[in-house]
Amino acid sequence: MSFLNKVYQAVFRRTSTFALAVVTGAFFFERGFDQGAEALFRYVNRGKLYEDVKHQFGGAGEEEEE
Amino acid sequence: MAAIIGRTSRQALLVTKSGTFSPKANFVSFKGKNGKKWVVAMVGAATVGAVGVGAALATPVLAEGVELHPPKYPWSHNGLLSALDAASVRRGYQVYKQVCAACHSMEYLCYRNLVGSIMTEEEAKKDAEEVMVEDGPDEEGNMFKRPGKLSDKFPAPYANEEAARFANGGSLPPDLSYIVPARHGGEDYVFALLTGYCEAPGGIALRDGLYYNPYFPGGAIGMAPALYNEVIEYEDGTPATASQCAKDVCIFLRWASEPEHDIRKQMGLKAVMIFSFMLAISYYLKRHKWSVLKSRKIAFKK
Ligand code: HEC
Repeated sequence: MSFLNKVYQAVFRRTSTFALAVVTGAFFFERGFDQGAEALFRYVNRGKLYEDVKHQFGGAGEEEEE
Repeated sequence: MAAIIGRTSRQALLVTKSGTFSPKANFVSFKGKNGKKWVVAMVGAATVGAVGVGAALATPVLAEGVELHPPKYPWSHNGLLSALDAASVRRGYQVYKQVCAACHSMEYLCYRNLVGSIMTEEEAKKDAEEVMVEDGPDEEGNMFKRPGKLSDKFPAPYANEEAARFANGGSLPPDLSYIVPARHGGEDYVFALLTGYCEAPGGIALRDGLYYNPYFPGGAIGMAPALYNEVIEYEDGTPATASQCAKDVCIFLRWASEPEHDIRKQMGLKAVMIFSFMLAISYYLKRHKWSVLKSRKIAFKK
């Protein structure tokens, strides 16, 4: 509780720092959320996306069945 | 049905009437009386029923012709979160370029669309340079030919519709840019069409230059069978059977009509994630704020 209290005293009590916390929080949340969601999508579709199959083309050799 | 609901709900209303106005002080309650609940349930059931009937009536009844309907194939991009198979798209592009492009244009696709989705920039540039594009006018006012650039559209096989019809015995090979969403059945139909050629059954006479395809409305199609085993050689070594080529070209055509396909599904995933998170938060907040209202007591005194 005292930790939350400290956070409250330091950040959320004043409007200026509260607003700043919202902005920086939004920035980091957005970054993390986007990267997480994209990683999940790549995991669900692993082996099908262009990044995964790039090496099969162009270069001679390396053949892969789907 | 409406009559039954009307009667039962009227009964329910009658039941609730008695004993509603007692002089005793009551605690304010947000819960409905049993009868009222029942009415709500009945109205809900009626609404669901009405929506069901409406949906059934809105479904078109398609005229049954002699043509076959394509089966549903388990495409690897069928799922809500399933991306297109990029290797297959790339093979399908090869099929299009080496087979279909002889007759079909794809006028809404540029070489730059290939970059990053199925090939590198260098590969796309090399492909573009293989075709000669008319450009101009130069400083003397003449049109000239130059090798293609990334910003160029795919070349059209015929100068105009008349030339296309003339070369194909009167049938026009449609532009393939949006063919998949433009046909009932989408890629199922195109796949079935490409692999479905067969002998015309007895009693059906085909005009010269027409072929029998049970999936094509009317059965007589102006396109000769385009795919057969080993029609091309895949650069990644996949055995080029007719059905493999058809599958790949269908996935390529789906991609061509919807290059944003993968991004769209990814955005869908993000939307579902963020909205369910926000739904949970708003539910919690609602309970939080209402807990005061729900637990208060109002007493009426004389
Ligand atoms: C020899 C020229 C030629 C080639 C090669 C060719 N087509 Fe066609 N295609 C046609 C013609 C002509 C029509 C119009 C048929 C008609 O309307 O009777 C057509 C029609 C179509 C249709 C539309 C059918 C419909 O429902 O209206 C699709 C889809 C199609 N072609 C796909 C392909 C694909 C995919 C390939 C490559 C594998 C291909 N075609 C290769 C000439 C060709």
